[in-house]
Amino acid sequence: MAAPHTAKEIIYMDNSSTTRPAPEVVKAVTSAMEEGWGNPSSLHKLGSKSQAIVRAARQAVARAISADESEVYFTSGGTEANNLAIFGTLRTLPDRKRIITSTVEHPSVMAAYEYLKETGYDVRFIRVDSLGRVDPEEVLREVTPDTALVSIMLVQNEIGTLQPCREIGRGLMSMGGKRPRFHIDAVQGFARLSIDVREWGVDLLSVSAHKIHGPKGVGALYVRKGVSLTPLAFGGGQEKGVRSGTENVPGIAGFGAACALWETDREETMRRLTDLRAKLVDGILGAVPDAVLHGPRREGVAPYIVHFSFPGLRGETILHALEERGVYVSTGSACSSHKDKPSPVVLALGRKEEEALGAIRFSMSRYTTEDDVRITIAALLESLQSLKAWRR
Amino acid sequence: MKELLLVRYGELGLKGDNRADFERALLRHVEWTVRDMPGAFVSRSHGRLYVEGTFDRRLVLERLRKTPGIVAINPALRVDSEIDAVVEASIAASKEAVDKRGFKTFKVEARRGDKRFPLTSPEINRKVGEAVLAANQGLSVDVHSPDFVLTVEVRDTGTYVYWDEVRGPGGLPSGTSGRGLLLLSGGIDSPVAGYLALRRGVKIDALHFWSYPIVGERSKEKVIDLCKALRESGPDLRLYIAHFTDVQSEILEKCPERFRVIVMRRMMMRIACEWASSVSAQAVFTGENVGQVASQTLESLRAIEDVATLPVLRPLICFDKVETVAIARSIGTYDISCLPYEDCCTVFVPRHPVTKPKLEDVRAAESRLDVQSLVAACLKRIEEEDLTAV
Repeated sequence: MAAPHTAKEIIYMDNSSTTRPAPEVVKAVTSAMEEGWGNPSSLHKLGSKSQAIVRAARQAVARAISADESEVYFTSGGTEANNLAIFGTLRTLPDRKRIITSTVEHPSVMAAYEYLKETGYDVRFIRVDSLGRVDPEEVLREVTPDTALVSIMLVQNEIGTLQPCREIGRGLMSMGGKRPRFHIDAVQGFARLSIDVREWGVDLLSVSAHKIHGPKGVGALYVRKGVSLTPLAFGGGQEKGVRSGTENVPGIAGFGAACALWETDREETMRRLTDLRAKLVDGILGAVPDAVLHGPRREGVAPYIVHFSFPGLRGETILHALEERGVYVSTGSACSSHKDKPSPVVLALGRKEEEALGAIRFSMSRYTTEDDVRITIAALLESLQSLKAWRR
Repeated sequence: MKELLLVRYGELGLKGDNRADFERALLRHVEWTVRDMPGAFVSRSHGRLYVEGTFDRRLVLERLRKTPGIVAINPALRVDSEIDAVVEASIAASKEAVDKRGFKTFKVEARRGDKRFPLTSPEINRKVGEAVLAANQGLSVDVHSPDFVLTVEVRDTGTYVYWDEVRGPGGLPSGTSGRGLLLLSGGIDSPVAGYLALRRGVKIDALHFWSYPIVGERSKEKVIDLCKALRESGPDLRLYIAHFTDVQSEILEKCPERFRVIVMRRMMMRIACEWASSVSAQAVFTGENVGQVASQTLESLRAIEDVATLPVLRPLICFDKVETVAIARSIGTYDISCLPYEDCCTVFVPRHPVTKPKLEDVRAAESRLDVQSLVAACLKRIEEEDLTAV
């Protein structure tokens, strides 16, 4: 599968930061701006045309998680979806003061919980094992009648570890009655992994378009039928009052088109990526003996995220050396790439600080080819060779 | 009634024969603060500058606040020197003071510079005071510690009324104290050192050592942004980029690890002094500070100065970090400096740098380097960066 309009010399291995919009997406966005520019709330033909665009996209998002279209609410992205899930729940259940989450969540969840902790919430951060996985039993043991929310991510954004969301959700379902709500930040797994919100017992699930070749600035929150949320933004009552504000029709159209990309060949693409990931990991471990792989080597990991540390070097130094060779990666996650600071996620695995520095994340997409992986490994070896003198 | 900015300068008034040059330099700089506002004009009269016409008052004030030589700026109203107009302007100014700051007490300070005006200063005080009291309910006079002073200056060009004052940086106008070369890293300190030199009227150019491709383009963009911020205080500041990776590679290969940083700084100093001489700078400015990091002990500073051929001036030498940070924030460089990109130093620091190097050890540590040709090669590749590009 050829990468769409990609200059040959660039190998983009930073797809967990963002992805290149697919040609189908660009087309859908453009057409929504040129023809579907009406306000979906307007009663005339232009309005109903836009409404139809939004509805089709809503159905596409719903299909990807086995939900009903009425349960999908569009937002400005994953961060807003996460915040809406968390604060919308807590405002609806003001008497419940406990929240259960993990130590390796994305900053858009973590920062919210840090804030809530300061304001008096009893936030339980469940530790992960050396591969980055929470123990579902431990999560369930922490649940009390006072618990408002259990919130666990599906795919860890830096190291790719899959969390046992299904087990946690099933466990919560069996508690019946006054059980807490279950929220999944599925931004790094949506559309690529099979998700069944009903079977998993999910109440809230956050997704984003730009990680799957859609546009930036659009995401969605799944809200199970019967779960009520207090909105964060009040206004004209769009999205059934859960998220007011005129719909981002072009973005939503692009989101729908991005979902459609994966519908036909998701399993085949994942099989291919699983194979590519194994080649990448094995290639690096075979050629660089002191490289440290963070997260699982084979099972229990998203087949498109690979996170290595190269002790003695700085992540940004390696990043620029790879950039020189046309390979684009990131240090840790783009959101938390701060100078000199080891990633808190890698430290949460129990790694020593030296092992956490010099971290590089390679992340692939549906357009990544075997050649890309081969060139990436070669470029990495060349880079490490050229930086030998810079090691400390 | 016209709104304008009244710009006051102090120290340069004392400079005797140089005064005209200093005023001209300041006028040029104040004109630079309205460079993108064709409706504005700047004039000078009786030891003041005036910014008049149509301009973005908030933006110009922000720029004047960083213009060396300026002591204070007063947003003022100017009217013809007739008592009715003066009273009207005074009422308008007082209402603004009450609205904006919620002031409760005031006094009037009239200065009759133009003796043709029929009322004396005490008479103006009384007349204006009564009118302001009548126009503002809840406002009263307090001659000892008023919330604001309403100043009324009667001059031959008109009468100026103002109550507000923004402090300038003081110091001397740009370019009146010779030329210096600033070693500019991406950190917090060196831009502040540059600003302090600019504030004393030194014409500063900056030299940045860039380790591309070990560091990225962004580390250079960051330095460009720092220079743009400094340009508010030194409009003709230039930025030179020295490609430094080759020098660092040689050091990595040929010098003991513990001496890497000190040798690197000596190489920087050699290159800086040569470059400074070639652009007619009289001194090199750095952001160094005693004991802040291992490479800034007195022993290290001495070992660096050992290779300098020009005076090395360190405006921050005895500053505390909080003082430096406060200045960095006020001149708008702090947030830029805090961007997380690696620079030529962060990628280079060894685990255990020598903190108190002996001079003979340092010299021995660089004995395998071909210093002359490394310096020459680096000088050859120094480029001036275009700071006017967006």
